[in-house]
Amino acid sequence: MIVGAGRVGSSVAKRALADGHEVSVLDEDPLSHERLDANQPTSWEDAGGRFTVGTALEIDALLEAGIEQADTFIASTNGDNTNLVIAQIARRRFGVDRVIARVLDPARAAWYREQGLETICPTQYAISEFEQALAGGGR
Amino acid sequence: MYVVIAGGGKVGWNLARELIEKGHEVTLVEQDRRRYLIIEEELEHAVQYGDATELWVLERAGIQRADLVIAVTGDDEDNILICQMAKEKYLCDRTIARVNNPRNLQHFELLGIRSSVSATDLILRLIEHEVPQYGLVHLLDLPAERLEIIEIEVTPGAPAASQRVSDVEIPEGSLIISVLRNGEGFVPKAETVIEAGDEVLLVLDPGLEEDITRQFAPDGARLA
Repeated sequence: MIVGAGRVGSSVAKRALADGHEVSVLDEDPLSHERLDANQPTSWEDAGGRFTVGTALEIDALLEAGIEQADTFIASTNGDNTNLVIAQIARRRFGVDRVIARVLDPARAAWYREQGLETICPTQYAISEFEQALAGGGR
Repeated sequence: MYVVIAGGGKVGWNLARELIEKGHEVTLVEQDRRRYLIIEEELEHAVQYGDATELWVLERAGIQRADLVIAVTGDDEDNILICQMAKEKYLCDRTIARVNNPRNLQHFELLGIRSSVSATDLILRLIEHEVPQYGLVHLLDLPAERLEIIEIEVTPGAPAASQRVSDVEIPEGSLIISVLRNGEGFVPKAETVIEAGDEVLLVLDPGLEEDITRQFAPDGARLA
């Protein structure tokens, strides 16, 4: 289950579906569905994907999207705090096995990782990439 | 007392003002630059500009030595995280969070943020208090201490009506602490007779509301 179908969420969703997983996507914007269909031979649903329109903090929306059946929960909305809160809800309330949250702020990502929550910090990757580029520059 | 307040809206700003007047040391954190500049004209160094969900902003505000952290931004996720980090990272025992959407209250509780205030809930309680047909009114809930104080209006024909206090069948874990009659309150004695129309205050363990309602206002329960 993937909450937040932006550039990251929708790409991960498409890849997971292509790899043979069952994938359910929740996003509050119905338009984000188009991202799931983009550059695909069939529509998201025809390819076997699920899509639910709803707000991540609404328990009913999470249930409708099938959180109770989820083995893995990915929080990739555009809000760090939303991701950190729903990831904890997925883990503590619904007992999802694997929970991963996208957190743009490196400090918060690091602290919650220390608390046992799996976080991915795109900002940290960007910083590392820039540092490597600078270190290898001047050629 | 040193208080850190996150969110300089109407609630946060007025809280800061009141606490400063009472002699407390306060730092208010506001993330909107324009709003911050307006507040800064009045509160000066007691307001700081920044996103209070960022650790360095909280640390700059001195959260490590805060006696109380109050999260009153317009965002429930932010309020949850600020209180969670205040408690678990900065070991501040006392936090108060504002719940903007009452449906999010369950998330606050799930993540261990107990002292939360919802304006919607407060107004609903006032409505219950003003509209007696709601039957049982919660005056005070202390879930951590497992204690509640409720008020209930005795309906005509209720089992408790015309009974002496000592004869009213109230469940174990509850106690009649006060009776309001004709606008005046008094502490009843064992032989005080409860009358229909009395408002009775009880202290009780959570979960006894139904038994209490059955004794004092079986009709009110249907309406509520």
